[in-house]
Amino acid sequence: MTRERTLRGRVAVVGIGETPYYKHGQSPDAEFKLALKAILAACADAGLDPRQIDGFASYSDDRSEATRLAAALGLPRLRTATMQWGGGGGGCCAAVANGAAAIATGQADCVVVFRSLAQGQYGRFGQTTGVNTVSGEKSYLMAYGVLSPPQRFAMRVQRYMHEHGVRQEALRAIALASYHHAQANPRAVMHGRPLDEARYDESRWIAEPFHLFDCCMENDGAAALVLVDAERARDFANKPVYLLGAASGAGYRFAAHPHNSPEYASANFGTVARDLYDMARVTPADVGVVQSYENFTGGVVMALAEHGFFKPEEANDFLTLDNLTAPKGRLPLNTSGGNLAECYMHGFELVLEAVRQVRGTSTSQAPRHDVALVVGGPMVAPASNLMFGSEAVL
Amino acid sequence: MNPQATTPSTTSYLPEGLPIPVPEPDGLSAPYWAGLREERLLVQRCAHCGTWQFGPEWICHRCHAFDPEWVAVEPKGRIYSWERVWHPAHASLKNHGPYLAVLVELPHAGLVRMVGNLLGDPMQTVTIGAEVRGVYEHHPQANPPYSLLHWALA
Repeated sequence: MTRERTLRGRVAVVGIGETPYYKHGQSPDAEFKLALKAILAACADAGLDPRQIDGFASYSDDRSEATRLAAALGLPRLRTATMQWGGGGGGCCAAVANGAAAIATGQADCVVVFRSLAQGQYGRFGQTTGVNTVSGEKSYLMAYGVLSPPQRFAMRVQRYMHEHGVRQEALRAIALASYHHAQANPRAVMHGRPLDEARYDESRWIAEPFHLFDCCMENDGAAALVLVDAERARDFANKPVYLLGAASGAGYRFAAHPHNSPEYASANFGTVARDLYDMARVTPADVGVVQSYENFTGGVVMALAEHGFFKPEEANDFLTLDNLTAPKGRLPLNTSGGNLAECYMHGFELVLEAVRQVRGTSTSQAPRHDVALVVGGPMVAPASNLMFGSEAVL
Repeated sequence: MNPQATTPSTTSYLPEGLPIPVPEPDGLSAPYWAGLREERLLVQRCAHCGTWQFGPEWICHRCHAFDPEWVAVEPKGRIYSWERVWHPAHASLKNHGPYLAVLVELPHAGLVRMVGNLLGDPMQTVTIGAEVRGVYEHHPQANPPYSLLHWALA
């Protein structure tokens, strides 16, 4: 008997929750308290006694440690605690996969996956003052003024635009789509702050080719979801959202620093996208809605191309505001406002939004929402992605 | 906080006060940084299979021979990508910008790439593929002292 090694249909999301989302420095709550609030909100959404949680999964060295959470919540026992290696939002989908794997292999029954991040309390990603000496990768960059994330990724995007003739308008369309969807989403930090082409074009450069609006925000908040075994999922009040597949990793020497990835003009989904589609047993044509991590808009261009929605040379034609907005667009993208306009919750707000899409409860609902893709942080290693689906596609 | 603030350097491309590059505690990149101080550009090349490698590692990624040799190469190459930086991400750069960073590939050293600044007018048109030559920039007064490698159009 052959044993299929897969997560497809084995685990489901039964609850999601988040704190209010704040501009950096504006959270009245400590970062750990934000984590607790998001976790309890996700349990309340599921109708679950939080004491049933027996595992935690996170990424990017989240400071809210699993053991402290278990003690603070008085959990009878903790059975799994996993942290995905790698910084940035590269692990936002892998953390879900790690939690799901623990359930599918009988190591845990109820895993909370979360991210808590208060940049106002622990230092903004966009500022680097206060470091005297650097070694390793940063030593080859920082003394040349390549310090913060936009400066570290702009040259990858510049090269991609050069190789494939991608124009600034393609990047702009991604920013406009996020802001468009944020106007319908009361959770969004940029709710009530619309963006149009002129405001984008006139906005200051951060690092060419990134305008201000090509760059993610810096925020305070937390977001969480509850995973259980698929068999159990029907017992909960919400429509179960099944994990169809997940993948993570890096292509050949993608992490060779400084800027020495053989395939440089890439979001690093060459191998990871293929693995995801194989496990999920769907094709790009089956995907009805996409949440794709915007550290910077240019990374989204690459990530969508590497997930098979268009060829790089077609980016200018495909990436228009009309194509990317719900409900009528060909591929509704970042329907909550994402990292650019809902909240930079390190991509976890995108994972929650994909759950809402499959449930049919998004504030910018896509008409085709049985298969929803999440693409984690592009241009980093390891990268990760996942596919959610409704019961109809199992 | 920034003792150089009142005496702006006229010799360095960027103001003083940015993080100083130092080798890792295990010394992996020490030959590279020592080489720059002597105006020698050192890149790893495996003595066993000839593969070029940068940044450095303790092993050759192709044949797994340990401790690739450090070989001096001519500091010249061509621009592989670039960015013009406007937003100051560090206190020392406030009111300084814009400035240019370039990624340079070295065709005579296995196409390894290095990041540096492109000297000259920060508003110049930058062309991917343009030939550049290395220009060393020394910081002997820094603690610890260090040197950088910038690039200028050839």
